[in-house]
Amino acid sequence: MSGTLRRNAGVLAAFGACFALTPLLPLGLNAYYVQILAYIGINAILAVSLQLINGVAGQFSLGHAGFMAIGAYVAAAWAVFAVPAAPPPVQLWSGLVAGGLAAAAAGLAVGIPTLRLRGDYLAIATLGFGEIIRVVILNTDAVGGARGMIGIPVLASVGTIAACAVLCTVVVWRLAYSAEGRALRAVREDEVAAAAVGIDPARRKILAFTVGAAWAGVAGGCFAFFIGYLNTNSFQFLRSVEIVVMVVLGGLGSVTGALVAAALLTILPEVLRPIAEYRMIIYSALLIVLMLVRPEGLLGGGELLPWRSSKPATAR
Amino acid sequence: MPALSQQLVNGLAWGSIYALIALGYSMVYGVLRLINFAHGDVYMVGAMSAFYAAHWLGFAAAPSAFGFAIVMLVAMITCALLGALIEAVAYRPLRHRPRSSMLITAIGVSMLLEFGGQRVFGPDPKFFPQLVESRSLFAAGSAVLTNVDAMVIVVSLGLMLALRWVVFRTKIGLALRAVSFDADTAALMGINPNTVIAATFMLGSALAAAAGAMVGLRNPKIDPLMGIMPGIKAFVAAVLGGIGSFPGAVVGGLLMGITETLVAAYLSSTYRDAVAFVILIGVLLVRPGGLFGRVAVEKV
Repeated sequence: MSGTLRRNAGVLAAFGACFALTPLLPLGLNAYYVQILAYIGINAILAVSLQLINGVAGQFSLGHAGFMAIGAYVAAAWAVFAVPAAPPPVQLWSGLVAGGLAAAAAGLAVGIPTLRLRGDYLAIATLGFGEIIRVVILNTDAVGGARGMIGIPVLASVGTIAACAVLCTVVVWRLAYSAEGRALRAVREDEVAAAAVGIDPARRKILAFTVGAAWAGVAGGCFAFFIGYLNTNSFQFLRSVEIVVMVVLGGLGSVTGALVAAALLTILPEVLRPIAEYRMIIYSALLIVLMLVRPEGLLGGGELLPWRSSKPATAR
Repeated sequence: MPALSQQLVNGLAWGSIYALIALGYSMVYGVLRLINFAHGDVYMVGAMSAFYAAHWLGFAAAPSAFGFAIVMLVAMITCALLGALIEAVAYRPLRHRPRSSMLITAIGVSMLLEFGGQRVFGPDPKFFPQLVESRSLFAAGSAVLTNVDAMVIVVSLGLMLALRWVVFRTKIGLALRAVSFDADTAALMGINPNTVIAATFMLGSALAAAAGAMVGLRNPKIDPLMGIMPGIKAFVAAVLGGIGSFPGAVVGGLLMGITETLVAAYLSSTYRDAVAFVILIGVLLVRPGGLFGRVAVEKV
């Protein structure tokens, strides 16, 4: 028992820090920096959860923004329609759980029919699902439709988001570096060979899809409760692309790489803000240069902790 | 509400545009196995360079069909060079690296063209000069076939036949098919993959530029972000038809254009974008390789 405690001391400390952060942060930082920190947290959850699907299990998904949208709208609708009178922490955490579960169900619904698809066909089918989800929300009047959803209680602080990011990272990490994670990597490298040694590729792929989608839903919930306003424009195809860029730039299969890339790609556009009109031009040029210089990603499938490494995906 | 036949004509014209863009996606995918995200933006550059060519060469002041032909040719040459440049700078150095890194540079190039385009051309929409005045060519009941629509369909068809001739009747086409089939073996047979891949990008980009110039005639408002949605739709069309397949791209593009127009006319225009994807997923579930594609048999 004490061994378990010692091993998880770092995680517990991180959690403690998250909750201590909440009252302290606004004292030292202005709202702009607090918002950037919140976005880093949300992007970290998205990138780490997509890393499980794209990097560890090797299933190229381009629909992460769709799962995020489901989580965001379900969490917001839950807080507004189902438990409007509950105390704020109950609204917040039950909303996040509801959003995560709804997104997990969507992930399951997408994962099962697309099992037959490989590589780019899977990418384009998930892109399609993401767009369909967006258009359906756009045409659902109960959550504001094209006008967007207003009046969502602002419940999430940077601390909440950071706590979710820590929890998500721990879950994905434990999953990626367990027997289950080795099975996922085996499916990524060669489905037929994996099946031959008794790994059920379909079951593993669905697992990765469901867990990844659930966390995208939680990220969406955090987003909804932090901003207090939702519009389908936040969940367009480009959002999915941004998350994929974080995953690949961090290094496929690397959990800490996804964290680093999420922070880097959230901060970079803000740093470039003073040169407003050239900002996005430089951003895209830097993206190309970074990929040319380090094609295997920043961490190249390794982790920041040197005793952990997942071998880089083979070029195929 | 316009008659069904009118919608079919509109759909056919849009479908031809999609088909031209989809062919470029399909060819590049055939040789590199890469989703060239920048292709939709090459189409935008095609429309833009046609716009500037029309003004600089003076055809905007004296509209004529001949002027449009020259303008389209200029746009095609510009984009062919652009395509070759993109390939050499952003894709060639990564050819033997994990495919995902090439995908990210493709996204980077796409964003660079969009945001760079906003800087160079200005973010506001421009109005494409009406080089060919739109008039009714043929009317049946309430349906009208305009000369512009007819031209779009005929020119697209001509370009597709020309491409078919290049791919199936010339030496470079033979090399292209060989690289597409098996790049390593083709290289052993003395085919230089660099030349072939550059030629593929040039052909595909020129077709996208022709599509861009013709869209300028049909929907005169052009802006630096106009390539995003048609780019995605054309890619979906290519996958729908079976990516890498020549007739697949054409049939996929036409199918896409016609269904979209019909859905926008009879259901709701907000559902237009989703329906394309619903059809795509439906087709992929029944035929995972697309309509004309073949699913590679996995060997152990």
